[in-house]
Parts: sequence; structure tokens; C-alpha cells
Amino acid sequence: MSSLIIKNGCLFDPLNGIDGEVKDIFIRDGRVVTDLSGTQRRGAQVIDAAKKTVMPGGVDSHSHVAGAKVNAGRLMRPEDHIRTVRARTAITHGGSGYTIPSVYKQGYDYAGMGYTTVFEAAMPPLEARHTHEEMGATPVLDMGAYMVLGNNWFVMRYLKDGDIDRTAAYIAWMMRTHKAYGIKCVNPAGVENWGWAKNVNSLDEPNIHFDITPREVIRGLAEANELLGLPMSLHLHTNNLGHPGNWEITRESLKITAGLAPSSRAQVPWAETRLDSRRQQTVYLAHAQFCSFGGTSWRDFQSGAQGVIDYVNSAEHVVIDNGAVPFGPATAMTGDGPAIHDLYMLSGQKWSNTDVELECGSGVIPFVYAKSSPISSIQWAMGLELLLRIKDPWKTIMTTDHPNGGVFTEYPQVMTWLMSRKARDQTASECHKWAYDRSSLGEVDREMDLFEMAVLTRANPARTIGISFRKGHLGAGADGDVTIYDIDPSTLDPAHHQNLASALARPYCTIKDGAVIARRGEVLAVPEGRRFYCQPFSDQEEEKEMLSDLKEWFKYYTVGFANYPVPDKYLKRPAPIAVNRPLEALARRR
Amino acid sequence: MTEIILEVKGPIGLTVEAEAVCPHRLSGLAPGEIEAQLVWQGPAQLPLSDFFEVEVREGEGEVRIAIEGDASRIKRIGQGMRSGCIEIDGSCGMHLGEEMEGGSILVRGNAGSWAGMEMRGGLLEIEGDAGDHVGSAHRGSWRGMSGGEIRIGGSAKSQLGGGMIGGKISVARDVQNFCAIRQSGGLILVHGRAVRGVGAEMTGGVAAVLGGIERFSPGFVETGMEEDPVLGGEKRPGTFIRYCGDYAISKNPKGTLFVRG
Repeated sequence: MSSLIIKNGCLFDPLNGIDGEVKDIFIRDGRVVTDLSGTQRRGAQVIDAAKKTVMPGGVDSHSHVAGAKVNAGRLMRPEDHIRTVRARTAITHGGSGYTIPSVYKQGYDYAGMGYTTVFEAAMPPLEARHTHEEMGATPVLDMGAYMVLGNNWFVMRYLKDGDIDRTAAYIAWMMRTHKAYGIKCVNPAGVENWGWAKNVNSLDEPNIHFDITPREVIRGLAEANELLGLPMSLHLHTNNLGHPGNWEITRESLKITAGLAPSSRAQVPWAETRLDSRRQQTVYLAHAQFCSFGGTSWRDFQSGAQGVIDYVNSAEHVVIDNGAVPFGPATAMTGDGPAIHDLYMLSGQKWSNTDVELECGSGVIPFVYAKSSPISSIQWAMGLELLLRIKDPWKTIMTTDHPNGGVFTEYPQVMTWLMSRKARDQTASECHKWAYDRSSLGEVDREMDLFEMAVLTRANPARTIGISFRKGHLGAGADGDVTIYDIDPSTLDPAHHQNLASALARPYCTIKDGAVIARRGEVLAVPEGRRFYCQPFSDQEEEKEMLSDLKEWFKYYTVGFANYPVPDKYLKRPAPIAVNRPLEALARRR
Repeated sequence: MTEIILEVKGPIGLTVEAEAVCPHRLSGLAPGEIEAQLVWQGPAQLPLSDFFEVEVREGEGEVRIAIEGDASRIKRIGQGMRSGCIEIDGSCGMHLGEEMEGGSILVRGNAGSWAGMEMRGGLLEIEGDAGDHVGSAHRGSWRGMSGGEIRIGGSAKSQLGGGMIGGKISVARDVQNFCAIRQSGGLILVHGRAVRGVGAEMTGGVAAVLGGIERFSPGFVETGMEEDPVLGGEKRPGTFIRYCGDYAISKNPKGTLFVRG
């Protein structure tokens, strides 16, 4: 039984409407409590956070840190590992890698930066075992993974028949079987065509054989998502990703789920918050920067963010993460096989592509965003433009789509650009002039404050993916995950942006479940992370019929049906979330 | 000139990773401090004095390190070197002068693989034979040596100048396979013979094999004959055939390959 008191800190807790008030935080047995008894106070560890910024632990709702494609990147890039090494200590393993660090280094780097919760945003069902193995080897972090379903043969067949119930039954079974947290939809209907060296280029273009359009897949998956009542909405990677002029298809894609009612029915105890901590959106757009290209070719390339920004400003059912480009080396990895091929045609780099049997595809390619490159410079501007010009911070999340736009260790730099006009101007003066010439970033004066930063990196990622019942805020009952930054809000001057970036990169301390796990980047404790996944309930008769169909088609898989699920032993600290109804009811019905 | 004389004490078991043996890292240190510099041997960090007798002759200006005895199990000598000079009496291990930016290194014996990997400047001279990957890129990278000069008095093994983008390499005798692989700039001059794969995936720069190539790369196209061409600042007597390639990797490659006709 342990207690922790964080005294006198300036607290930024958006879901509780707290904007920099000096407040004490009490944590008892890993959970936030409103107060401690006298005895508990006497035995408590006390951290003095006077003149420091206190936020809930960081939540990354979109990162690529576990699974087959991440490991393919590691294997493909020995040159990424040679110069970035983290030495082992008495309690930590050694590790290496810059854009695709080894699993240990990933965990330590995130923890040292103040993040405690990270979600892997693309897990092909067939690679679920691999993904869970890597998450299992990642120290400290609480994690979960979104399952890629936008080109799944069963989903496409059932949706073509217009059978949302059957689709939902399939998804429910798949999520329980593979211990997935949410639904990811990557280049809907297009990746299937990539198996024939083709793609789809509009929302109403049916794909080969399945004869289904991207619009039908997006709408169907979103409806099934709400029917099941999953904690997060559909996470959407739109069609034509990385093509000049794709902002239009992005806007049209976002329109598809308008009118759907968000319905999150996770059977969990909700920690107290002043604001509603349930998600409001029915679509969560992934890496909006890559989906907001303007122009018609690379010659007249420009930011197309305006169209996306206008739509998101007018819509209530959309949240985006930006996929910022902080310059430097990256490794593009996505379920969007054709997009990786396009990058290969541009760069001539080494690359890999995979067809994941009946489910999806994938590709990996190294990439460098150079300040001298006009395209990279515009992409840098776009990533910031999207966050700064969408008015409501509760519609935005800050990511780099690690390691696609940049590395997660660049988050402090991205936050600094958002908080400091001077930092942006300085970078704009160092990179290609197209950055300001061909985007609206140069006209933006907005400088985000620490409260908005807490929305973009804690409260909103947690709320958007529905983990806010315990993460992303410090209301009573929430997990005792806290980041304390060496930033005094009363003297914070965004013009001194170098100091700001380094203070954000190495927080005074990171606390997880009420224990200090890192101080100024040095890892002090290595607890086992939780594995969040959903156990949705669906109609049992429907599920029975679906399963007989699934088994019939399983002959097309290279694995046996018995070897398909992720065994329970893969999860050392499972945290299942019953959705729709307790799973016990399901067992009884059988 | 300050002279630091390092005499190898005796046979070395596990190879030693001695990045510390580099003029700018030892400059200004007292003999005791030099002896205390740590180097890795397998999983252990040990002081330099475990492996060397150290003698310092104080002087003005640049640092010269002289290594005496058999250093063939000592790796990473002169890694990241910026100035001064290193002279190795006998042979040395792998990664000699890796990523060096300036100064000079002379090896009287042989050097192991990866000598001058991703070198950016300076002079690296090996009087004996060299191993694989001399002046090349690190595994996985396509950007090798970018400046400076490597001279090899004997032969080199495979992948000499892999991914080379600038600078100059000359080999007095033979090379084995895939010399100039992925070369995009700079000059590689082989006075002896090459086995196969010369210039594979080459997109720029010049490679010349004066003694002939056993098995020629298929992606090269003959573009003319030259009498006594000037290569590496010197006239090379004889009739040479000039090739362009590698068409296997690019539609418009700029790599030039000379072979004596």
C-alpha cells in the first residue's frame, strides 16, 4: 500500500477543466484519490513540484512501435542503429536505433519523455501474435493495438452483402481472438487491388473481385464500430495517401460518417472528470498531414490543408492526429502497400512490400525529410498548420505518426513549434522557402499554451480512443500517471524556445501508477505495462453462422485455424475491456 | 610535436575496441591519464595500460601516435580522427580510421576490414593488404566514403569503395568482388586485377581497373576508347576502353568504368 503526494505543482488537467492552478495530487495504490488520511499522509512519498508544470502522463494514440512491419524496418536498416545507442544500466537493457528503436529502447525513451501509454496503430490480424510479442517485450508502457480491417476479405464480403450485423459479429470475434483494441482502416478497398498491382483512386471506384468501394468500406466499418459500441471510433487512413491533391478525397471521406451517433459502451468504471470524457467523434483521421496534399503534381505541390481544416472546423464528428514532419530521418511504414511503392518510385530507396494473405498489405521504406527539400518543407508546415488552424483543440491530437513523419523523440520539438511563433519562424528561415510560400503557416500567430498542449498530448488522445476512463486526466480513480516538467508557467517565455524544447524532452520526472519511473530521461523503474484490448459482445446466432463461414474460407489461409488466435499467455498483464455486455453472458449463452 | 608511443604488451585474446587511440582524444593528457583511458574488450571496459606500454614525449603542436608491435587484434584505431597522425608499425584490426575527417594514418603492415568506412577527409595509407569494405558505407547505408584518400600498397578484398560518393582510393595490386558497388562519386583506381561485379549498381564517379576484370558486370555499355587517359592526376599509358553503367539500376547512369584494352 503506497501513497504519493505531488505538492504545489501547476496542474494542467483539461478533462477536469484545470488550467495551471496550483494543486496537490494524491495517489494511493496507483490511482488518483481526492485526499489521503492522516496515517497515509505520514507514510507518503512527497514530491515538491513548486514552480513546475504538472500534467497527466502522456498518451500516444498513434505510433508504430510493435509488429512485423516495425521489425522489418529494424532488419532493413542496420545503418539506423549504429549511431543511436542507449547503454544498459543496472535495471535497463541496452538498445539501439533512431527511427525504429529496439523494443527496450522504445519503452525507455517514451518513459523518459513523460509518456506512459502508447497505442500501436496498425496490427494485421495475422501478425497479432508478433505484435503482442513485441508489446510484451516493451518495458514500462501501457499499450494496445488497432486491428487493420479495411481490406479484409470477410469484411469486404459481408459489407458487399450489406450485412452490418455479420460484419460486427466478425469484428467482435476477431478483436477477442487477436486481443485488439480498435479498428484501423487503411486505404479502404485499395490495398486489395494492390495485389493486382492496382489501386483505387476515388471513393466510388469498386475494387477487383469484391466489387466494393472505399465509401462502402468506411461507412460499413464505422457502423459496425458503433453497433459494437467500441471505446474508440474508426481510425481512418484515407485513399490516395501521399498523392498531390488528395485533400479533396480526405474531406469527402470524413463526410461519410457524419450523422452516425457515437456510441461507446465499454463496461468499465469511469474515473471522475468534470468534462464528459466519452468520445464525441465517429471518425478519427490518421496522420492528416499526409492526407492534405494540395496541387496536382510535385511541381505545383502546395498545402491542401485549408480544405481539411475548413471541414473539420465545421464538423462535430471528426478528430484528427496530424502526423507532423519534424525533419530528419524517418522510416515510412504503413499498411498502404501502393503508397510505399510510390515513395520507392520517387526516392529509389531500398523497400519492402508484403501481402498479408486474406487481410491487408504492408510496406516499409527509409525516408529523409530534408530542410533543403521543398516538398519536405511544405509537409513540415502542413503538420503544424493543421493543429494551429483547427480552432477547437479537442478536434486535434499531436503525433508524428512515428516513424513515418518523424521520430517520437521529436515530440518536444513539435510541441515547441506549436507553442512558439519564433521557433516556427526560425525553422522556416532554415528550410526551403516553399514552407511559408505554399502554406498558410506563415500567417498563423497562434501560440498554444500549456493547457492546449495537455489537450493535444494527453486529454484528447485518451478521450478519442476511449481510454479516458482511466488515462489522460487526474480525476479521482484515474491511473496515477503524471509528468512533471521543469517549466514554470508564470515565467514561461515561448521566445526562448530552445529551453522549452529541452524541458519538454527531459521532464523532471515521469510517474506511472504512483511510482517515479524516470527522472530527466533516466529510467529508475521498469514496471510491466498493461495490455489493453476489447472484448466486444455480438449476437451469438450471428456469430455462429459467421464462424462456419470463416472456417470454410480458412482453407485460403497458410495457417491452421487453431493457430490463428493470440494465446492468453502472450499477455503478461492483460487489461481486457468488456464492450456491450460482460463477456460472461456470452459464455453462458454458449 | 607531441609523440605518444604505444607498445603492444603481448598477445591479445578477445579483440579490443580502442576508439580512444586517436590524437584528439589523447591530446593534452598526462601519461597516467592516457593509461587510464578505457577501452572495451568483450563485455568489460579496461584501461589502455592493460594492453599498451605508454610513453609520452612532450612537444608543441599536433599529436603523433606511434603504435609498435602487433595490433592486429585492436579495432577502431583512429575512429573519427580529425587531426594529427597515427603510425602503426605492424598490422592493425578492423575499422581503422572509420569516419575519419582529417589527419593521416600510416600502417606498415595489413589492415582489417572496414578501414576508412564512411571516411570524410584525411589520408589513410596501408602499405600491406586490406580487408573487405574499405572506404565503404556502413551495412544498410548507401553513402560510403565522401572525401580524403585511401592508398593501399597491397591487395584489398571485396566491396572496396562500396557506396562511395567522393574522395579517392588506389590499390597497388588486386581486388576481389564488387569493387565500386553502388559508387556515385569519387575515384577508385585498381592497378591490378578484379574478380567480378566491378561497378555493380554504380550511378556516378569513376572506377578504373588497370589489370583487367575476370567477370564483367552485365549492366555496362562501351562508350569509347581512350589512349593514355589521365586518371587520379596521372597519365596511365596504354589503350583503355571506357564503359558507362550500371544500366541495371538506372536508366541514365553516370558511372564511368575504365579497363585496359
